[in-house]
Amino acid sequence: MPSTLTEPTDRVDGSGNLPTAPRTPATAGVALRMERTAAQPLAGGDADTDPAAEPAVDLRDVSVYYGSFRAVKNITFDVPPNAITSLIGPSGSGKSTLLRAVNRMNDLIPGTRFEGEVLYHGENLYAEQVDPVEVRRRIGMVFQKPNPFPKSIYDNVAFGPRINGFRGKLDEVVESSLRRAALWDEVKDKLKQSGLALSGGQQQRLCIARAIAVQPEIILMDEPASALDPRSTLQIEELMSELKKNYTIIIVTHNMQQAARASDYTVFMNMGEDRAGYIVERSRTTDIFTNPKHQMTEDYVSGRFG
Amino acid sequence: MTTASRALPRSLHRTGGADWRGLLFHGLLLVSLVFSLLILFTLITDVLMRGLPVFQERGADFLTRPTSSSPARSGVAQGIFGTLMMAIFVSVVAFPLGIMTAIYLEEYAPDNRLTRLINVNIRNLAGVPSVVYGLLGLSIFVLALGPLTGGKSMIAGGLTLSALVLPIVIITSAEAIRAVPHSLREAGYGVGASRWEVTRLLVLPNAAPGILTGTVLSLSRALGETAPLLLAGAVLGGFSTGSRGLREQLFSDYTVLPVTIFDWSRRAQAEFRDLTAAAIIVLLVITLFANAVAIILRNRYERSW
Ligand SMILES: Nc1ncnc2c1ncn2[C@@H]1O[C@H](COP(=O)(O)OP(=O)(O)O)[C@@H](O)[C@H]1O
Ligand SMILES: [Mg+2]
Repeated sequence: MPSTLTEPTDRVDGSGNLPTAPRTPATAGVALRMERTAAQPLAGGDADTDPAAEPAVDLRDVSVYYGSFRAVKNITFDVPPNAITSLIGPSGSGKSTLLRAVNRMNDLIPGTRFEGEVLYHGENLYAEQVDPVEVRRRIGMVFQKPNPFPKSIYDNVAFGPRINGFRGKLDEVVESSLRRAALWDEVKDKLKQSGLALSGGQQQRLCIARAIAVQPEIILMDEPASALDPRSTLQIEELMSELKKNYTIIIVTHNMQQAARASDYTVFMNMGEDRAGYIVERSRTTDIFTNPKHQMTEDYVSGRFG
Repeated sequence: MTTASRALPRSLHRTGGADWRGLLFHGLLLVSLVFSLLILFTLITDVLMRGLPVFQERGADFLTRPTSSSPARSGVAQGIFGTLMMAIFVSVVAFPLGIMTAIYLEEYAPDNRLTRLINVNIRNLAGVPSVVYGLLGLSIFVLALGPLTGGKSMIAGGLTLSALVLPIVIITSAEAIRAVPHSLREAGYGVGASRWEVTRLLVLPNAAPGILTGTVLSLSRALGETAPLLLAGAVLGGFSTGSRGLREQLFSDYTVLPVTIFDWSRRAQAEFRDLTAAAIIVLLVITLFANAVAIILRNRYERSW
């Protein structure tokens, strides 16, 4: 496989410390250089250091099918880096499907079909030579229901680095990941205890720590707080705004207040007659909630349907 | 809130009339339990009463002698050896094959018509009477492959029993694998694990207790089988093993405990009745031992998770 997505990358320095500065598109672009042809050279220097210049991920005309049923159709939008983008819309409008299309999670469901492109640093993640396993390592995922492994807290976080051939101080990665997930202080004395023995909110933060530990660039979250109590929900939201300094976050949420509070950009989806989800409007979150362009958006965010 | 009690559909107090249907059902359950326990108890005491005196009289001698026409000099050594060898054969041949087939069917095979056809057929095979496997063993392992297996040999018997339990091993392992929650797999894939890593590090350790239980139950079943081995060459009556080495023994005459039991139970001399009971005790101990090993292994796996 010629793709660099098949090769382990070395984003962690020898000491095992997580990089503290946001990864600029430039560094990731270098990692993917083999994908670039001579005809379209990597844009040089200055443009790359400006985070706004390149979206973290760019969906182009995406449709996803379950068998013959089209769940989402002709979705096009880009995801700004180091920001939180939320997907909102009525149940069944294809938010989860779309989210899972970003890291090729849908590949695991038999009978799904994908059309369109998901561009990640200029490379189509659905191109022939791209390894979906490597895609999922770079674009991590947190699920609706907290799903820690039935292993110790330590092993939960260490799982990703271990399978990805991490060489360095595992203890440090575990600690820094747990710190970033705002869980360290609560679990530092019981790292050997099972992850399943934690509360729901702690379990979800453990899952976030587990996702962070493999150094993804983007984290996808599918209603990460829907199974949690209000206090844990707030904790997760605070955590997200902390995490966006280093990661790009896409979150599906049912909770309009959550989208309004926590996200920078909002994508509002609805479904048509054919039950296929499409994008009604995508804007800065403040615009969606205070100054929507479409009547349908206004109706939805004000709770008149959905 | 004086109206609250009136709003309740029924009084909270116990009514005089008992729930007799519930009681009847409860009683019925208890009777069935006692009945099955009673049967088991009768069988076991009968066997123990007849068999234990043999051990008192002859001690280890009974365990170390080959079978012979004279009851006083008959022992179960060959049967024990044969049964243990069958256990090894099944563990070495049927377990890995069956577990790997189950992993393939559950984790790797595409969900298409061929896979479903194979699944249905495996289920049917598990229901085929064991004599039929004996015939299969006779025609394939004894006759067709005779030059390789030595004909009516321990190898032919071991392969026959392996074929017999293979469908059961596949089905129980597949069920244990299927019971692993999908969310666990997704969690693994979500941090960039490959299918092999998800299978090896998450699915199999989680399914291991179920797989172990299933496989050892199938082992117990194999060790109790008589009919297929009668067809696949186990020897009724005495035979001499002389000073043959293990390699030679694999390719020649053998017997197993159930066949010895079957053989002795049909002998004319009354003394063989007690020997039969004693041999049954030995077989029971061996299967109980196998089950105990399974339980210990399973508990160990469950604890480490
Ligand atoms: N695994 C699946 N197989 C078949 N159809 C599915 C599957 N998952 C989701 N769908 C269908 O796709 C549509 C979108 O679902 P989903 O993406 O879960 O919506 P949302 O997350 O917005 O509620 C729904 O009509 C749903 O029934
Ligand atoms: Mg959903």
